[in-house]
Amino acid sequence: MTDERREQDREAPERDVPGLRLDVAQSESGAPAVEGVEPKPRVPREAVFSLEEVTVSYGTKPAVRDITFDIGQNEITALIGPSGCGKSTLIRCLNRMNDLIPTATVRGSVRYHGQDLYAPDVDAVEVRKRIGMVFQKPNPFPKSIYDNIAFGPRVLGMKGSMDDIVERALRHAALWDEAKDRVKTNAFGMSGGQQQRLCIARCLAVEPDVILMDEPCSALDPISTGKIEDLMLDLKQEYSIVIVTHNMQQAARVSDKTAFFTVELDEDEKHRTGRVVEFDDTEKIFTNPSDSRTEAYVTGKVG
Amino acid sequence: MSAHGETVAPPVEAVGRPAASRRAKDLGFRLALLGCLGLAVLLLGVLLWDVVTDGVDRLNFDFLTSFASTDADEAGIQGALWGTIWVMGVCALFIIPVGVATAVYLEEYADNTKWYNRLIEVNIQNLAAVPSIVYGILGLAFLVRGPLGLGPVVLAGGLTLGLLVLPVVIIAGREAIRAVPPSIREGSMALGATQWQTIWRQVLPAAIPGIATGVILALSRAIGETAPLIVIGTPVFVAFNPDGLDSSFTAMPIQIFDWISRPSNDVNNYLPLAAAGILLLMIVLICMNAIAIWLRNRYEQKW
Repeated sequence: MTDERREQDREAPERDVPGLRLDVAQSESGAPAVEGVEPKPRVPREAVFSLEEVTVSYGTKPAVRDITFDIGQNEITALIGPSGCGKSTLIRCLNRMNDLIPTATVRGSVRYHGQDLYAPDVDAVEVRKRIGMVFQKPNPFPKSIYDNIAFGPRVLGMKGSMDDIVERALRHAALWDEAKDRVKTNAFGMSGGQQQRLCIARCLAVEPDVILMDEPCSALDPISTGKIEDLMLDLKQEYSIVIVTHNMQQAARVSDKTAFFTVELDEDEKHRTGRVVEFDDTEKIFTNPSDSRTEAYVTGKVG
Repeated sequence: MSAHGETVAPPVEAVGRPAASRRAKDLGFRLALLGCLGLAVLLLGVLLWDVVTDGVDRLNFDFLTSFASTDADEAGIQGALWGTIWVMGVCALFIIPVGVATAVYLEEYADNTKWYNRLIEVNIQNLAAVPSIVYGILGLAFLVRGPLGLGPVVLAGGLTLGLLVLPVVIIAGREAIRAVPPSIREGSMALGATQWQTIWRQVLPAAIPGIATGVILALSRAIGETAPLIVIGTPVFVAFNPDGLDSSFTAMPIQIFDWISRPSNDVNNYLPLAAAGILLLMIVLICMNAIAIWLRNRYEQKW
């Protein structure tokens, strides 16, 4: 039964929509999976993002190279790896934030629900409407809580009662109880964890499809981190989430799939480039990784 | 080694004071600095004292409400005061939009690698240092005579002074815009706002205190400029208030200059008039600078 499933999976790529990849990225060393363990039956999930041979360079030097994997709908995908291996660079590709950096160039294919994000007729502003981002350091605007959340809907011309939109966003971000009595006060009066949840609420107010989070908890204390992780698990039912994290345990706690990045030195140029070593179910990455480098990282031997 | 066989650390010298010669040099340096400061303050104080003793008696309500007159006892500063107010109004209306727009262009849109943008930048910094009389010649050639042919009226005076202080506003505006952290811009763009929406709704509101300070400092420089107004042909003896942009006018510095230039005798003593005018001008300047400092302190954004 299991063998038949595996057969089906291997045949599937030809029949399915291009960009819907079901096979796991092969590890560099080609090491086989551990014998005797039956692989879980793989349910084909719709891919929100399809990355194929994505290479991002600042100037002439590639920061990440040949990234190929899919991000699934209503899942939390974690990008883990040591510092400097291009995780933030990659996640910024997904909502075209790298356009703001003049020297950045993106090669390869980034598809969002099958549509090429970097096609010449695609408007980056529209992309960012659907794909929201939460940054590492909470960056609320120097306005009231209300105006922070209302900013997105206002500039996008969203219809509806602004009060309702703000309340809904705050409830969604588990911030309503703490904020409802002071929505008109300055956002800087809140604690770090609250500010980050405000940034998440702000992102939710424009009703995105995907939420990208670039190390959202690295500047926060453990209690705030816990609240945000609970929030993420809650949000995953309606949104797809991609999170970059330095905290392996966080990736293990919240994510469904994990991509492990590593950094490689170019022989001639002494330049660092990031690559994906392994991309798989989180449970497999952390209990039974295919690649030795992944194993070294998740067990804490390295980096 | 002590008798018991343990290692004993050698005795440490108690922390003492530096040698007398070093202390003397330190004190001497401090006294020298204080001396320089004292000299500057003393000179200023002497000048102020001279003006105050000459003019404070004359500085009264009659002085403010009387027009210029050849009779020194009757003369007042009303015409010049309103002339200055009108000209400053025109100047402000010119420098605020033009200066802020230029600052926004240079900071947000200009690509620094392009030669024409670098040329603009270098020019603005040079213009800030050009002697004011050169602006007078410019105003005479292009505004008063030449293509526009306005004549020595309020509009011409205001625009000439505006051109003089425009670089101050541009430079202060650029500093204020640059002080807005990139994280605010990124947060706004990530929500799907366009660049203009980000500038108009986030960057400029946050930069307003710095821009306002720059405008007030620019105006306080313009208010005391005599040379450009003389060159464009501002009349000295004006016994009426301006009634429009095309009205003839005079300004306080010019009126003061006129009173000082006249020979004084027992019948007509113009010196107290001049001193009173100087006092009034200084009071206005101090008020403007105080407002600028208050604005800056009150709205200083702590990121």
